[in-house]
Amino acid sequence: MELHSLGIAELRRMLDKGEITAKDVVSSVCSRIDAVEEKIKAYVTITREEAFAMAEEADRERAGGVKKALSGIPLAIKDNMCTRGVPTTCSSKILKNFVPPYESTVTAKLKERGYVLSGKTNLDEFAMGSSTENSGFHTTNNPWDTERIPGGSSGGSAAAVAADECIAALGSDTGGSIRQPAALCGVVGMKPTYGRVSRYGLVAFASSLDQIGPITKNVTDCAILLNAISGRDLRDCTSAPVEVPDFTAAIGKEIKGMKIGVPKEYFIEGLDPAVERAVREAIGKLESLGATAVDVSLPHTGYAVATYYVLATSEASSNLARYDGVKYGFRAEGKDLVDTYMKTRAAGFGPEVKRRIMLGTYALSSGYYDAYYKKAQQVRTLIKDDFEKAFREVDVIVTPTSPTAAFRRGEKTDDPLQMYLADIFTISVNLAGVPGISVPCGFTAEGLPVGLQLIGRHFDEETLLTAAFAYEQSTDWHARKPAL
Amino acid sequence: MKISIDHIASLARLSVSEEEKSLFGAQLESILSYMDKLNELDTSAVDPTSHVLEISNVTREDVTAQSLDREDALANAPDKTEKFYRVPKIIE
Repeated sequence: MELHSLGIAELRRMLDKGEITAKDVVSSVCSRIDAVEEKIKAYVTITREEAFAMAEEADRERAGGVKKALSGIPLAIKDNMCTRGVPTTCSSKILKNFVPPYESTVTAKLKERGYVLSGKTNLDEFAMGSSTENSGFHTTNNPWDTERIPGGSSGGSAAAVAADECIAALGSDTGGSIRQPAALCGVVGMKPTYGRVSRYGLVAFASSLDQIGPITKNVTDCAILLNAISGRDLRDCTSAPVEVPDFTAAIGKEIKGMKIGVPKEYFIEGLDPAVERAVREAIGKLESLGATAVDVSLPHTGYAVATYYVLATSEASSNLARYDGVKYGFRAEGKDLVDTYMKTRAAGFGPEVKRRIMLGTYALSSGYYDAYYKKAQQVRTLIKDDFEKAFREVDVIVTPTSPTAAFRRGEKTDDPLQMYLADIFTISVNLAGVPGISVPCGFTAEGLPVGLQLIGRHFDEETLLTAAFAYEQSTDWHARKPAL
Repeated sequence: MKISIDHIASLARLSVSEEEKSLFGAQLESILSYMDKLNELDTSAVDPTSHVLEISNVTREDVTAQSLDREDALANAPDKTEKFYRVPKIIE
C-alpha cells in the first residue's frame, strides 16, 4: 500500500510508531501528483518546496518528542483560503497574482497542529458553480471518469482527495460546494454548522451562508480535521461562542434507537433512479444497524433554489464590490477612476461571476429590494422552520446529496438555471445553517460514485459523525479507488 | 418585467459588451422568472432571516493590537507611491 493512498488516522499511527517519516509521506504524495495531476488538474498551485520544508520541521519536532495532531500530514487547501506568502487566486483572473499578507484562521490552526501544505486547489471562480468549469484557469476532471466534472465549487479539493494527490483537504460550502463534489468524487465531505468554523481569511462569497469544512477519505479523518479547525475566533464575529467537543469521540458509537427522517420532498422527479436506489439501500442499511426510519416533510424544499440564488447573489454583489483594481489584484487602465473600475471588473471576472453580480445588484436595487431580497429572507425563515419542526421528531435527516452522479463536461454550461438545480438537495442546509455530511453510498452502472447526505441539528455534528461512521463501516464504498 | 442591463451594469461598476448585454438580458429574465415562484407563498406574517445565529453586537476590548504592516498592505497594489495606493486623477 502506497502512503499517498492512506488516511490521516493510519498515517499518524505509522508516524507515531516511527515506521515512516513525514518526508516519506510528502515524497509519496508528490510522486502521486507527478503521476496523475496531468489527468486530473486538481491544483492551481502545487507547493512542493513548502511541503518538504514543513515535513522536515514535522520530523524534527517529532524527534524532539513534540506530538501534534496533524504533524507531517499533507493537506490541500481550496484556493479561496488565504495562505500567507502563497498565492490565493479564487481561480479568478482578478486575483491571479494575489499573495495574501496574512493567514486564514483555519490554515493557522492547521499550522499549529503541524500540517503540511501540498497545494491550493482549483474551484469555480469565487466558489460560484457546481462543476469547477467556471474556474478562470482550467477545468478539473473527475478521477472516476476524466470526461466528467468533479462537481463544485470545491471540485479541486474533492478530486485531489479521490485521486490520492493529498491525504485530505479543506473546502468551502455556500450551497453544497463541499458535499456535492465529495459525492461526485466518492469521498467524505462535511459542511459544519454555520458559525462552527471561523471564516477569517476565507474570501467571502455569501457571508451568511459560507462555511469551511473537511473533505476526507473516510469519516474518522473528517472528525480529526473538524477537531482541528473548529472554534470561536475573535476575528470572525459570526463564529459561535459554543463549546467544541472532541468529535472523534462520536466515532464508533452505536446508532441503535437513532431516528432518521426521510423527507419525501427529496425523492422527486429528476432524481436519477440509480441514485435513488443507492440511497434507499443505504437507509435500509442504517435500519439494519438499529436506526428507525420515519417519513418527515420539509414542505418548502421546492423554494430553496430560488431563495438561495436571490440571497447568495445579493450578498456576492456586495462582497465582490471590493475588486476594483485599487488595493490588490488586476487593474485595467481606464480614462478616469470609474472607467478604471468598470474595465478592471469587466476584464477580471468571468461570465458566471458577472451574471451573479448583476443578478444580486438587481435584487438589491431601488424598487426591487422588497420583492426579491426581503421576500427571499422571509422564505428562508420558512425553510429554517421546516428543519426545526422535523428535528423535533428525528435525530438526523437522510437524503441524496445530488440528484445525479457526475455529469459530462459542457453538459450544463449553456443554461445557468440547469446548473443551479444541481444544488437542489444541498442548498436548504446552508439556508437553515445546519450541518450536513456526504458519504459514499454506492455506484451507478457506469461506475460513478453516489453520495448519501446526512443532515443534523445546529451544532450536532457528533450525531452526524456517529451515523456516518456506522454506515461507512458496514459498507466498503469508501475503500474503493478510481483506476488512474 | 424588462431589466435595464445598462442600469444594472452601471450600478455594479461593470462594463458589458453588446454581446454580453443580450446574453445576460435573456439569462437574467429566465432566472428571475424562476424566482417569481417565491410569490406563491404568503409571507406577510413571516419575519425575515438575515442570519441563522442569534448573535448581535459582538465587541472586543478597546485595546491596541498588532495590525498589518503598511508595506505588507501595499504589497499587492497594482499601483502605489511610497505610503499610498495610487489611482487615476479624480479631481479636474
